[in-house]
Order: sequence, then C-alpha cells, then structure tokens
Amino acid sequence: MTGERKVRLLVGKVGLDGHDRGAKIIARALRDAGFEVIYTGLHQTPDMVVATAVQEDVDGIGLSLLSGAHNTIFPKLIRLLADKGGADIVVFGGGIIPEDDVPALRKAGVRMIFTPGTTTREVIDWVKANVPPRHR
Amino acid sequence: MKPKNGARTSTIGSRTRRDWEETTLRQTLESRPERKPSFTTVSSLPVERLCTPDDLKGWEPSRKLGFPGEPPFTRGVHPTMYRGRLWTMRQFAGFGTAEDTNRRFHYLLEHGQTGLSVAFDLPTLMGRDSDDPLAEGEVGREGVAIDTLADMEVLFKAIPLGRVSTSMTINAPAAVVLAMYLAVAEKQDVPLAALEGTVQNDILKEYIAQKEWIYPPAPSLRIITDMVAFCTDHVPKWNTISISGYHIREAGSTAAQELAFTLADGIGYVQACVDAGLDVDAFAPRLSFFFNSHNDFFEEIAKLRAARRMWCVIMRERFHAKSPRSWMLRTHVQTAGCSLTAQQPINNVVRVTIQALAAVLGGTQSLHTNALDETLALPTEDSARTALRTQQIVAEESGVANSVDPLAGSYFVESLTDRLEQEALDTIRRIDQIGGIVPAIEQGFPQREIAEASYLYQKQVDTGEKTVVGVNRFKEGDTMKASLLKIGPEVESGQLERLRSVRASRDRQRHARALEALEGAARTGTNLMPGILEAVRAYASVGEISGTLQKVFGTYREGRVPL
Repeated sequence: MTGERKVRLLVGKVGLDGHDRGAKIIARALRDAGFEVIYTGLHQTPDMVVATAVQEDVDGIGLSLLSGAHNTIFPKLIRLLADKGGADIVVFGGGIIPEDDVPALRKAGVRMIFTPGTTTREVIDWVKANVPPRHR
Repeated sequence: MKPKNGARTSTIGSRTRRDWEETTLRQTLESRPERKPSFTTVSSLPVERLCTPDDLKGWEPSRKLGFPGEPPFTRGVHPTMYRGRLWTMRQFAGFGTAEDTNRRFHYLLEHGQTGLSVAFDLPTLMGRDSDDPLAEGEVGREGVAIDTLADMEVLFKAIPLGRVSTSMTINAPAAVVLAMYLAVAEKQDVPLAALEGTVQNDILKEYIAQKEWIYPPAPSLRIITDMVAFCTDHVPKWNTISISGYHIREAGSTAAQELAFTLADGIGYVQACVDAGLDVDAFAPRLSFFFNSHNDFFEEIAKLRAARRMWCVIMRERFHAKSPRSWMLRTHVQTAGCSLTAQQPINNVVRVTIQALAAVLGGTQSLHTNALDETLALPTEDSARTALRTQQIVAEESGVANSVDPLAGSYFVESLTDRLEQEALDTIRRIDQIGGIVPAIEQGFPQREIAEASYLYQKQVDTGEKTVVGVNRFKEGDTMKASLLKIGPEVESGQLERLRSVRASRDRQRHARALEALEGAARTGTNLMPGILEAVRAYASVGEISGTLQKVFGTYREGRVPL
C-alpha cells in the first residue's frame, strides 16, 4: 500500500432533521477538493451511520445537525464507533450548534465543530490537516 | 432587464439613452470606472446600470399593472392595501412543551401580536410520536411537541379559538393536527364555521426542499384533497394549503426558482382538487401562499408582484376560475433565515428590517420577521420582541404603508418584475413538459436545480464575489455571545410521561374502533377527515394515526441524492 490512498469521508444527516443544504454543499466541496465522499442521505440513526462508516472503511465522519439534537447524537455516535472498532475515525460536525455546547462535544470526542459562516475552504483545509488515512 | 439590444430610442427631452451613453456616461466611465465589471442580484440575475422607458417597450399598464384589488393584482389584492388595514404581524413560535408555548402565545397576544403561529417539533412534523426511536433528542426542540389531543388542549388553553386566527406550520400530518384543532374548538363550543387560520399542508415542497414527508406523493395528494373538500363544506374560513416557497429559498434556490416551483406546486394542488371533482371556485379562494424575503430588496419586491400577476393568469386561463377571489394570490412572508449570520448577530436586525420593507412594498398580507439569534437557536423573549417591534416601526414610523404599491411604474422595478415572471414561466414550461410537478419531483428536477444554485451561491460567498458583512468582509474577532434559549432534557422526559399517561387512561375500545374505521376509509375512497377527527377525539396519537395510514399508503423514500 502506498500513502497515496485518498482519504474517505462520510457526510451524514442523523435524525429527523431534513435541512440538507449544508450537508450537500460540504459533501460536494470535499469531493471537488479530491476526497472520496459518501453522503448518507436523510434520516439516519447513529447505528446506521456507524455501520456505513465501518463497512466503507472511512477515515472521517462529518455530521450536519440543525435540529438541536447534537448533544444527544454526537456522544452516541462516538460510543457506537468505539464499540465497532472505529475509535480512530475522526468525527467532526457543523450546523446550528451554540458555542456553549461546543466544549462538551469536544470532550465527548468530536474533533471539530464548524459553526455558521464557515467557508468550504476552511472545512477542506481542516480535513486535509486533521483526517489522515487510517491504514497504509 | 429584457432582451435589450433593441433600439434605445425613447427620448427624454430631445435626448435618447444612447446619446447619454455616448456622451455624459462615457466621459465618467473613462475617468472613473464602475466598482465591478457587472452587477447582479443575490440570485445572480444581471442588473442594468439604468432603466429607462426603453425597458418597458410594449408594456401595457392595463395588462401588466391594473389597479389595486383588480386583476392582474400586480398592485395588490386589496384596493386600499395597508391604508385600510395593516398586514397581520404573525410571529412563529413554539418550543418545549405545550405549556411553554401556551405561555409564549399569551405573552405575544398581550404585546400586540394579532395572530398565532405554531411551530411543531420535528417528530410531530414527521408524524411520529415522542417515544419513536428516531425522535430521541428532538422532542420539543425546534417547536412544540404534540402527540395527542391532550397536548393540543394545553397548547390553546384560555385562548378563545373563535377570536384568534391560527397558522399551523405542519405538512405531512396536517390533516391530523387540523383535526385536533377542530376537536379543541368543539370542546370550547366554538362552531367550526367560525374558525380562522391556516395549515401549511404543502407536501410538494417537502419533497423538493424541506424533506419532512411520510407517504408517497399520490396518497399525500389524496389526503390533501380530502381535507380541502372537508374544509370547503365545514370550515369555510380555513386556509387549506399555504403553498410555500419559503423553504425552497432556504434550501438555496434563486428568487426566480422560488417563484417558479411555488407556483408549479400551486398548479399541482389545483389540478389534484379539480381531478378529485371539486369546483375550482369553491376551494381556490382558500389557497394562500408563503414566500421568503431575502436581502436583495428590489428582486424580492419584484418577485411578489410577479407572483400575483402570474397566479391570476394561471387561475383564469389554465383553470378557468370565474371568481376574482380565486384569482388572487394572498401571501404570508417570512424574512430569510438563511441570510442571517452568527457573526455580529446584531447586524441581523438590520437585514431583517430591509427584508421586512421588501415584503411590505411587495404587498404581503402577513409577515414574520426573524429574530437576530435565529442562526444560533430559537429566539428568546427579548429577541422575539425586537423582531415584532421591527414590523411595528416599518408599519407605523417609516411611512411606506401609506400609499398603495408605491414602486409601480419604476422602470427598474417593472422590468425586474417582468424578468422574474419570464424566468419563472420558462421553468414552469419545463415542468409541464416533464408531465407536471409530481413527475418532476420524482425525477429530481427541482431538487437538482436548487442544489446547483445553492452550491453556486456558496462558492460566490467563499470567493468573496458576494459580500456577507461580518462573514467574508468587515470581520471582527469574535462572535458576540447572545443569550440563547435553552431547552433542557426534562422537556423530552416530561413529554414521554404525558404520552404514557394518555395511552393508559384513554378509552381503549373507542380508540381501537376509530383506527380500524380510519384504515377502512383509507382502503376505500371515503373522505378521510371524519375518520381522522374521530381518531383524534379518541386520543389516538399522531404516530398511531400516521402508522395506520402508512399500512395502506406506504412510506416515501428519497431516491439517491446526486452530489
């Protein structure tokens, strides 16, 4: 194996929240920046996202949440990932997430939260710097 | 704004526009070029430097403008517009439990709000109960949680339903929630014929933009036509569908796409009702619209004026409606949530003011102004009050409400109105060629068009081609901390407890009979509304009623989403 393997990313929408404008823009921008991107579509459960992530052998998971359910969904996802041998998959997210909630999410293992106003360039640069391929 | 290279020959005094371009203008451009090579609206429509009579060649005021309260209603649906009565100031509210929202309603009514507007939480919007596995973490968060009639009774406690008008933003389960409202009215001894309000009930834009669906399109349209038929007979003052462009715009469409897809959805509903055997003039006057008001001031005004003119023509020529009330596009407007920024949030008050002005100059019938903290959370009481005060200042201090359609006749506004109409008509023609809005949705046509526009806009913001103050220009170090409304986890646990207790205490036999009868009605062609109403009275939950109908109607699944 070479170090040239493309970083694989899963962009996901969890729960009932149908606001997918941001998720689709980010997924497309990451793909255009050269990553392999899988978009889950809407209405996933944390279990479904973890199953897809493990099966597709992704290096990072980005969740977009605008429903206010972030404090429930992120910790659950990270717990499930650890159970399924994906503890080293980098989890990041964005959406409508108040700043006050960010420290607890970081502590739970979310590596980065992008808040409104973030450019696609900032997300791409962060992913390049912080999401390495898991196996070489 | 229009095919333009026609002769610029209209004279002002003895000079044509070309004379001006070749003399005065050229000299100026030589010494001082313009700020940008070209100017566009927020939706990327080209904007001319100057509009003159040349831009309105062949433009007949009798056909394009008319008088207020007369076809084609470009100038507004009422002869006196806001001189007669101001628009309804209708602030959307709902969070936490029914008690919390009921308290907010009483607060807003005491502060001069004139109509109620209910926001529901996501599980309710998706027709699921609070104890559904997918509801975890979302109960009471984006709106109020309603599981059964018991919650609705609390939501409207001490609010006389005969004397307020209530707008309920709900779509896939709209028939169920309306039935609950009717059941509360029965308990308050208010006759159904006295009830005034609106349910959004616009499922087509859910498939296109907001993505809160339950059943596939065909049975969804049947539920809607059943409800329209029922209301026409029993709740005649109820607005049965609020045909919504708001969410289409929030999903990233342009102004012209918002206009096109909204009117195409409207055509879809009218056609479905006519196909179901309803008389167009019996139901069309109760259809209303809901548009977005974004930052580009004149584009938004032009969009609303074009919408009225187009709907009038559609209803007369496509559906042969006879009643002028069927031709009128009455609309609610909400300022654009997607235009607000988390950075320097106080700036949002200014954006909302501009958007509110555009809505009023566009002739809206009611308006919701967003609160400055809506990019971060639901509004607090303070921010909700400032949003309402913004409308009151526009209404009472700015003077814009004093003359009807004051921008009419502006070369620029009229040519922009024509341009938006033309763009939207082209898109509607493409939808007709596909076979109508339902096949277009099934093929992903509107969804793709909107995703393209939204990606293009994001790129323009990222590269700085479009300015967003505080985000890509005029930045400051830190985001101002707003004090945010918090919804604690006790809301969810409390709601689950209440649902359990309703389930334990209701009349089981009546409940079972009602759901069985409803399933029977779904399998035959019987109107579903009486069955839903009885199920609601028997305290069947939103999820139980949706689940019963899903057994017959199936569940919608979105096709693969192209990136």
